[in-house]
Amino acid sequence: MSFIPVILWSDALVFLLLAAGMLVVSYVRQHEYLRLPWRRVAKNSVAMVSLLVLSLFLLVGLLDTLHYRVELKDKNAGKTVYSPEVLSVFDKLVEPLRLHTEKTYSAPLATNLYSKESVTDVSGNIVREYSRLQYAGGQKEGSRDVLRRALFGGIAGFIAAGLLIGIRRAFLHRSPFPVRAGWVQSPVIFAALSIAGLIGMTVNLAGAYHVLGTDKVGQDVLYLSLKSIRTGLIIGTVTTLVTLPLALFLGVAAGYFRGWVDDIIQYIYTVLSSIPSVLLIAAAVLMMQVTIDTHPNWFETAASRADLRLVFLCLILGMTSWTGLCRLLRGETLKLREMEYIQAAQSFGVSSLRILSRHIIPNVMHIILIALVMDFSGLVLAEAVLSYVGVGVDPSMISFGTMINGARLEMAREPMVWWALAAAFGFMLVLVLAANLFADAVRDAFDPRLNRTEGDL
Amino acid sequence: MSLLKVNNLVTGLANGVAIVDGLSFDIAAGETYALLGESGCGKSMTALSLMRLLPDGVSNRSGSVELGGILLTGLAEREMRSIRGAQMAMIFQEPGLSLNPVMTLGAQIAEVLVLHQGLSGIKAHQRCIELLDGVGIPDAVRRVNDYPFQLSGGMKQRVMIAMALAGKPKLLVADEPTTALDVTIQAQVLQLLRDTQKHTGMAMLLITHDLGVVAQIAHRVGVMYAGQIIEQASREDLYAHPLHPYTQKLFAALPHAERSDQTLAAIAGAVPALGSIVQGCRFAPRCDQAWELCSEQTPTWTNIAKGQGVRCHLYDSSRVKVTSGEEGLTNNNFAPLPQSIPHSQTSLLIVNDLRVYFPIRKGILQRVVGQIKAVDGVSFSLSGGRTLALVGESGCGKTTLGKSLLQLIQSTAGSIQFDGSELRGMHKRFRQRASMQMVFQDPYASLNPKMRVAEILEEGMSAGNIGSNSIVRQTQIDSLLDKVGLARNSKWRYPHEFSGGQRQRIAIARALAVSPRLLICDEPTSALDVSVQAQILNLLKSLQHELNLSYLFITHNLAVVEYLAHEVCVMYLGRIVERGTVKEVLQHPAHPYTQALLSAVPRIDLTQGEYLKLEGDLPSAADPPAGCHFAPRCRHANSICRTAFPPIVQRSLTHAVHCYLA
Repeated sequence: MSFIPVILWSDALVFLLLAAGMLVVSYVRQHEYLRLPWRRVAKNSVAMVSLLVLSLFLLVGLLDTLHYRVELKDKNAGKTVYSPEVLSVFDKLVEPLRLHTEKTYSAPLATNLYSKESVTDVSGNIVREYSRLQYAGGQKEGSRDVLRRALFGGIAGFIAAGLLIGIRRAFLHRSPFPVRAGWVQSPVIFAALSIAGLIGMTVNLAGAYHVLGTDKVGQDVLYLSLKSIRTGLIIGTVTTLVTLPLALFLGVAAGYFRGWVDDIIQYIYTVLSSIPSVLLIAAAVLMMQVTIDTHPNWFETAASRADLRLVFLCLILGMTSWTGLCRLLRGETLKLREMEYIQAAQSFGVSSLRILSRHIIPNVMHIILIALVMDFSGLVLAEAVLSYVGVGVDPSMISFGTMINGARLEMAREPMVWWALAAAFGFMLVLVLAANLFADAVRDAFDPRLNRTEGDL
Repeated sequence: MSLLKVNNLVTGLANGVAIVDGLSFDIAAGETYALLGESGCGKSMTALSLMRLLPDGVSNRSGSVELGGILLTGLAEREMRSIRGAQMAMIFQEPGLSLNPVMTLGAQIAEVLVLHQGLSGIKAHQRCIELLDGVGIPDAVRRVNDYPFQLSGGMKQRVMIAMALAGKPKLLVADEPTTALDVTIQAQVLQLLRDTQKHTGMAMLLITHDLGVVAQIAHRVGVMYAGQIIEQASREDLYAHPLHPYTQKLFAALPHAERSDQTLAAIAGAVPALGSIVQGCRFAPRCDQAWELCSEQTPTWTNIAKGQGVRCHLYDSSRVKVTSGEEGLTNNNFAPLPQSIPHSQTSLLIVNDLRVYFPIRKGILQRVVGQIKAVDGVSFSLSGGRTLALVGESGCGKTTLGKSLLQLIQSTAGSIQFDGSELRGMHKRFRQRASMQMVFQDPYASLNPKMRVAEILEEGMSAGNIGSNSIVRQTQIDSLLDKVGLARNSKWRYPHEFSGGQRQRIAIARALAVSPRLLICDEPTSALDVSVQAQILNLLKSLQHELNLSYLFITHNLAVVEYLAHEVCVMYLGRIVERGTVKEVLQHPAHPYTQALLSAVPRIDLTQGEYLKLEGDLPSAADPPAGCHFAPRCRHANSICRTAFPPIVQRSLTHAVHCYLA
């Protein structure tokens, strides 16, 4: 079966970000003064556990970013035709989850549907009953089977992770960030083992059950939650592609040049930040929706249509959220421009552009980093809120926001369907919490005002 | 009977490194004990250990502190709180940071009174006024309701002292109380501390790096080095014959007029890092009298005479040879400098009636409602290979003048002629940029922490198109590092890896990179320790001889002026009030301000002349007094002084003064 890779707009941006990230990492590794604060982060066990969780989310998101279209059997006048459905590597990996759709709601780990339906029994009578799920349970079932599978899966995951860590220890004595053994590593290893156990458990159960139940149209909620991760990550990171250049250049320019440049930039961001951002976003998204609807021929597939809306949403979120960072950078630059090394450069006749790029920007980088990591969680939450309001991502795109939006009616149902909301809530909580804890550690490591007794004294 | 007894006090980091290592001393009531030492010697940590206010990660490991019979080291924190403020009080270095900006002075002092004196309401208020009056705050009744921002630095330090005295403490710990203040204000504050001690009979622990301050106020002195007291003596004994080689070198490193044709006896190297020396004498690596024993065996405390003791192998009774202090001093051979190159008579820099005004804007339309006259009609000239010192208190416009010469600040009027061409109104990146460079005050703020030394040095060259390619530049960088006395391999390191003195060398190398003819040095040694200051002054002096550089030396330190400068301009509130050669101005000052400034400088020779007390603070440059700016603080001022700025009076060919009395 052949396929063609599909690169959606958001994919391209993610790859761009990834490349930029790798460049930054290699740059940091070459510069001792940049590595120092990261060592501090590496010594923080909470940060490392958060990073582990974040990188798992990132892995899912990245796998979900590699898109392709499968070739269809039928040929159209000799030409190969590809399926209109855009799939990702992640879809392929969890194919059973994607394809095993039930008729409608079913509770987590259930073997029967959540609502009664009319079926004809062997004798031809129509009875109403909770019919069996198509893809749940097997020869053995019941809570014993669930427990058994969970236990085996958990142990398998635990052992696999233990082996991996052991091998890594044996072959790699030197880690990139030399960490004192025992003190920090033990909580990280403990967390890694328990996460591996949890994953093992989930994988083993997912083979036979819908671990988090199914939604209204019978889609596996676990699958939906995992798919939502990519949307959340893209909103959280791609948006920074828009905010960063705006905030950096405008903020630094306003702070350094002062005068009328400062006045204009300040005026722009004061005005922008006094418009209610939801209003601005809603207006922009609705306008774009009309454009997309009037030009269906622009898009080959539904996925690319939904994707453009996602990218556009990032753009708009970026346009409304750069003001805070810009203000921060302006303030810092105002402070820096009075530093004596700037004046020394000025007295050499170094051009303003060079002063900005060699003296000011390297010295505000820590602020940018802290702000970006802290903004990330805010943006993930903003997506959920916007999608709930209905101005977020395309309804066909799976995201935490659309899941929560769907749960609005499910919560009002009797008996209540709680698992979709709980799953979205849980995944988002873990993602945002991990991001926040990591951001805290990064901020502490980069904060020059914190009194440190390790190196300086 | 001693009031404070410190016995074998050890304070250290959690990882076992001792910051204060086995300190023992005692202070009697009514006595001032000075802890003298360079930065990083553990002076402040000693004070904080006594107050039990140590920062996180630093703790008191052993030893005892006894105050008036109470063992402080054994007290619970709750009991300690009743001791602090009532039994012992502390004043800090930076008065601007030790007062709460949102509380009135009265409220802050009343806090202490309520807590330790049980006063409240009207009584507390009245006591506040008494206290403020006692520390010489004029119009205390009104000032008591003022906020800290309404006071000048010297006033704030007075308020801090009033606050410390509010609890009637038996011991006052003063941590560099005058370091952030100008000499005239410093003299006021020291006088106040002396008077207060006379009235109240309290003991005082003074922590300072300034030999002059010690000479003024201390009764006994402990010299600290790397966490230990290495010498202890009465002030007279210490100044008459210092015993420890370190103390001797400290004295020798002070710049002085008599030594202006010699290099200073700088102490090589810097204070060792904490915990780096576990065996032997801690000063041994920098000591030129050290021998094998010094690095092998830790010297013990030796009592030489009554009250004078030293921690040095030279004075070990088991040792045969006992070197006396005088001999030790003569061992410092002052290398005479090469003959001065005859300077050219043509002026390199001619400044004529330079004015730098900063507009005060108000209202929506930003109308100019007034001017801050930072520099108000300054004229001087400087010829090649000479040093002109610009002296004055902070806020008199010295730095603004220096920066406006470099065109870093736009001047309002006047002319700056450098090497025959007018600099005012030139494009920002004019050609002469390279011939005039600046060395800044704070070596920690003047180097970009994110750039390596080589990049820092190369920046000026590439901006000025000096050196055709990077190979040429790299060899130039190597020779620059040689010139300022840094190792060549240090060019791939970052500024944070260097000590303050080394950073200042880098800053000088950066300025020299573009081969300037004039260096504007803005207090280049005021952030450095005495021993390091001597290294930098020596470097500047030898560079002048070698490269025929001219210096415009901006400073408030008159000792440095005596040592380095050829000519002096004294600035007061944006105007030059007196100018002349160093000898003329410093030995026969004509202007009352110069006289007051000179008398306020603490001398180390203990034979302090009469101190001409200078009342009040520097007036605001936004609203300068009419006539002679100094008139309101001048005790000779008469009515004509208050109406018109005095014309120039030539006392000799080189000596001129703006004063009606001259």
